Amino acid sequence: MDKTINITLKIWRQKNPKTKGNFETYPLKNISIESSFLEMLDILNEQLIHEGKEPVVFDHDCREGICGMCSLYVNGHPHGPDEDVTTCQLHMRKFKDGATITVEPWRSAGFPVIRDLMVDRTAFDKIIQAGGYVSVNTGGVPDANSIPISKINADEAMDSASCIGCGACVAACKNASAMLFVSAKVSQLALLPQGRIEAAHRAKAMVAKMDELGFGNCTNTGACEAECPKNISISNIARLNREFLTAKIKD
Amino acid sequence: MWLLQSSIGKKLIMSISGLFLLVFLLLHMSVNFVSIISGEAYNEACHFMGTNIFVQIMVPVLAAGFVIHIIYACVLTLQNQKARGSDKYASSSKTKVPWASKNMFVLGIIVLGFLGMHLMHFWTKMQLSEWLGEEQALGYTLVSALFKNPLYAVLYLVWIWALWFHLTHGFWSAFQTIGLNNGKWIPRLKVIAYIYATVIAVGFTIIPIFFWLVPGK
Repeated sequence: MDKTINITLKIWRQKNPKTKGNFETYPLKNISIESSFLEMLDILNEQLIHEGKEPVVFDHDCREGICGMCSLYVNGHPHGPDEDVTTCQLHMRKFKDGATITVEPWRSAGFPVIRDLMVDRTAFDKIIQAGGYVSVNTGGVPDANSIPISKINADEAMDSASCIGCGACVAACKNASAMLFVSAKVSQLALLPQGRIEAAHRAKAMVAKMDELGFGNCTNTGACEAECPKNISISNIARLNREFLTAKIKD
Repeated sequence: MWLLQSSIGKKLIMSISGLFLLVFLLLHMSVNFVSIISGEAYNEACHFMGTNIFVQIMVPVLAAGFVIHIIYACVLTLQNQKARGSDKYASSSKTKVPWASKNMFVLGIIVLGFLGMHLMHFWTKMQLSEWLGEEQALGYTLVSALFKNPLYAVLYLVWIWALWFHLTHGFWSAFQTIGLNNGKWIPRLKVIAYIYATVIAVGFTIIPIFFWLVPGK
């Protein structure tokens, strides 16, 4: 038999973007410590449905930590207290019996709440649409070593590309800055020859869109890096600054 | 104009003005340090600072550096608070970040407040009176008298160590913003930031302690 715990949940409930939300408290009994955080919320929702209440709305999709859909600000951490995992990979063994767990949506002007714990993250899609792509079709996988790429650049591009665009960086940042996300997306392309050609235009367009959508200014606190489920480094932010400034000075 | 409108442009202004002020601090600390070596040499250095033509040109530039740094600190802080949104988190953030990095604006206000006091006590009596052609207070006598006052000395030390916190983040952050940074240099620059901040703060701290402890100085 699994070990089970009893917990109290303090969850943000909000009917729609316009109404004012508030916290509701839900006690939950006999939760297996082997269950994931989202499975625990499923159990809560089952319970709420049986009681004839509205279930809690939250984002989720793959539940294996690669899609970037899940969010949740749990006990003062985006994606909860565990390191380098998304909320779906967070397990109840990280919580003590009798604990009160506060669950909030991402909070920032760029991510308005849609309902309960679900926020609108289309701002990130708009930033990608502004320049986070390569304009020409570069075909399928090229033959190995037909275009020489240094191991360092290949590794760094791969690390940057591991960003899943979940928005934890914005949620963690005291300035609600999206610089970690934008810098990862600029870096993954700028480091490789296919993306290098449009690098200057991309940096300018994506930063302009980011500013337009009301994200804050980076003050290098490093909170984004500390909370990123994919361990994206702030060295990407330095690269973005470099790309942006050289592009603007060249103009 | 991208420099004034884009987030990175505004940050660049903070970074460049900050770096400029870092150079000034090092110079100021070095001149002050002369006071504990020789009173006469210090008075001479003060006179030089009040008359040398290059220094006189740099004074308004320096003042502009301060003003720009402060104005953009306010602009960026206001924008950042707006970006955070009207609904705040109920649970306080548990994300581990250096304390100074979260409190740069507050630390800046502390530094600015004491700076006003400092200008009133020293600058008006030294460089300003030299400009006005009035009789200039002898720098050494002024320093020695003020630092003998324990209240002033303590306030001065609070000021310098608030500055230490401000510099530990500001130094490496300036390089990060310009883009002169990467995975290898981030930890190195953070260490250099601590060394720089400590050299400045210790340098400034030794002076009041010296005047306090050494009788007849």
